Amino acid sequence: MSAQLLTYIFVGLSFALYIGIAIWSRAGSTKEFYVAGGGVHPVANGMATAADWMSAASFISMAGIVAFAGYDGSVYLMGWTGGYVLLALLLAPYLRKFGKFTVPDFIGDRYYSKAARLVAVVCLIVISFTYVAGQMRGVGVVFSRFLDVNIEMGVLIGMGVVFFYAVLGGMKGITYTQVAQYCVLIFAFMVPAVFLSFMVTGNPIPMLAIGSEVGDTGMTVLQRLDQSLVDLGFGKYTEGTKSTIDVFAITMALMVGTAGLPHVIVRFFTVPKVSDARKSAGYALVFIALLYVTVPAVASIGRLNFINTVNETSYDGSALAAETTPDFFKSYEDIGLYAYEDKNGDGIIQYGPGAAFQGGKPQFTGDRGPLGNRLTSNADPAVANEVYADRDTLVLVNPEMANLPAWVIALMAAGGIAAALSTAAGLLLVISSAVSHDLLKKTVMPTITDKQELWAARGAAVVAIGIAGYFGINPPGFVAQVVALAFGLAACSLFPAIMMGIFTKRMNKEGAIAGMVAGLLFTILYIGTFKFGWFGDIPNTADNWLFGISPEGIGTIGMVINFATAFTVAAFTAKTPEDVKAMVEQIRVPSGAGAAHTH
Amino acid sequence: MSATTIKDVASGEKADVPPKLSYWAENLRLLGGLLAIWFTVSFGFGILLRDLLDNFSILGVPAGFWFAQQGSIYVFIALIFYYSRAIHKIEQKHGVDDDEEGASS
Repeated sequence: MSAQLLTYIFVGLSFALYIGIAIWSRAGSTKEFYVAGGGVHPVANGMATAADWMSAASFISMAGIVAFAGYDGSVYLMGWTGGYVLLALLLAPYLRKFGKFTVPDFIGDRYYSKAARLVAVVCLIVISFTYVAGQMRGVGVVFSRFLDVNIEMGVLIGMGVVFFYAVLGGMKGITYTQVAQYCVLIFAFMVPAVFLSFMVTGNPIPMLAIGSEVGDTGMTVLQRLDQSLVDLGFGKYTEGTKSTIDVFAITMALMVGTAGLPHVIVRFFTVPKVSDARKSAGYALVFIALLYVTVPAVASIGRLNFINTVNETSYDGSALAAETTPDFFKSYEDIGLYAYEDKNGDGIIQYGPGAAFQGGKPQFTGDRGPLGNRLTSNADPAVANEVYADRDTLVLVNPEMANLPAWVIALMAAGGIAAALSTAAGLLLVISSAVSHDLLKKTVMPTITDKQELWAARGAAVVAIGIAGYFGINPPGFVAQVVALAFGLAACSLFPAIMMGIFTKRMNKEGAIAGMVAGLLFTILYIGTFKFGWFGDIPNTADNWLFGISPEGIGTIGMVINFATAFTVAAFTAKTPEDVKAMVEQIRVPSGAGAAHTH
Repeated sequence: MSATTIKDVASGEKADVPPKLSYWAENLRLLGGLLAIWFTVSFGFGILLRDLLDNFSILGVPAGFWFAQQGSIYVFIALIFYYSRAIHKIEQKHGVDDDEEGASS
């Protein structure tokens, strides 16, 4: 059977499974819609959290980034897992004890203020939309590569599936579909990893691959990769290019940002009791770690295979001295993700350091050269490297480079779509509950009934899917840049506000609001300065950065500013009311939690 | 235990406050210790002390690189499960655990 047909079958089966689960677990009340009734088993919730968390970025992009950034890629591996320690130790159990539906709920009640609730709603919506646009795009890319439909059609199909189970099932539907999606995505990620690891090192356990010997060369995968890269003129894989302070700041911003992301936090409202919230965070990290500790193997073997299969190959197969360039290179070239310009006219691909094309990405002229490759207009003659390769393709191309069977490639498509859909659904849910619960029920129309609120939540989910789909089809140029913004925002606004709300009784509404606003303003202005050129043409380079910290890591400084501002303002303003202090006392002990309140 | 009795006397009629206070103090101590480990394995071993650790190797990988890409993640998991168990014991000691809570409403 062809890879194409297998892909249709795998993706079709997985969609049927998700829709079946959605019908079985429809939501009948706001409590089921927002927090799945508060009765989800901690292991199931851990799996759902893992699927919720691992987006198209984790599944498709992360190994590619690590493959091409080497040690610098560690910031994502540590940053996106270490946040769960903060979540389990500092936030999740107390928020579960608080027992409401949303993150703005907590901030609004704890800081006895509608203004604080609204600031939280704004943060939540900006963070979540940033994310969801990327997910929809991810669905579109996977569809267009594997199912031979255009990206627009792919996004529409994805929207339809998410619509079905998110609007119908709410949190309850999403939770159980995410459990299924986790199983699909982790299986899809692990199978090629095991194959690759076994083929290269003889050891099928991918977690051990980077330190295992390649064949009988006497060198480990890492040593071999370091040597290959140095031979080609690259820096070593195991040595990064980022400064230590920048690596530190980015890792911190990603960890704290992870712990402050609303769609992750809200998952811990769904378990029956406080101790379950802690355990559930532990299970979530186990399920996430399974993929994350496999990434170093997929990344390093993928990079090694990329060099071996592409470098010094004859594009049209006519050069006798070289092997023929593999087909996967040409199929990705056809969709513009790879490019080759024969700068020295020898018909052989030379791969090396530096950007082969001016401005980074190739601009295709629409014509093909004598070799059959797509011609470009912006090749940089000063750089010897002749190859452009989009980093995001590495995971998808890995099975093809290693000549794995067609069903493994089909599995990758189903896994990538599962990762993107599960995250998109979780994000859409927090957006819709922020609108129907925090804006409508808690601010504008407090008198609506539970049934009306449930319909409002469904309506908000429909609108949110529409907007997300629009961004998926017409991606704003800033999607790649604003991922930094999403983590920075969560790190500098929501995390400090929630943490101080639990751990310092004297933190009052003035302090918390001033802290969030100061942290947000600083972080947004800094990112705007370097990513969007708000204050003229200031180059985004280390010489211009504050303390040498890049916009990706600036959320760490934003967080420090938030804490400092909040404590200073709180010291000079009215004390926290006694009833709020009593509420904090209640949150701190696990006993007497019950299920999530219905108000 | 002695802290409990002193607070008991001081707070008078609110007899439920003292165990909560001593519970909270013990919780904060535990959190401080675990977060110190969290910081050490990631920011310490994986970033700040990396060059030093790379002189050693773990499972065939330079130790600093290993902590940055795999080792710290294993420790993170252990930290969460240890905390979950340790804090539960402390809760039971102070009578503020949630063992009696139902599965759901």
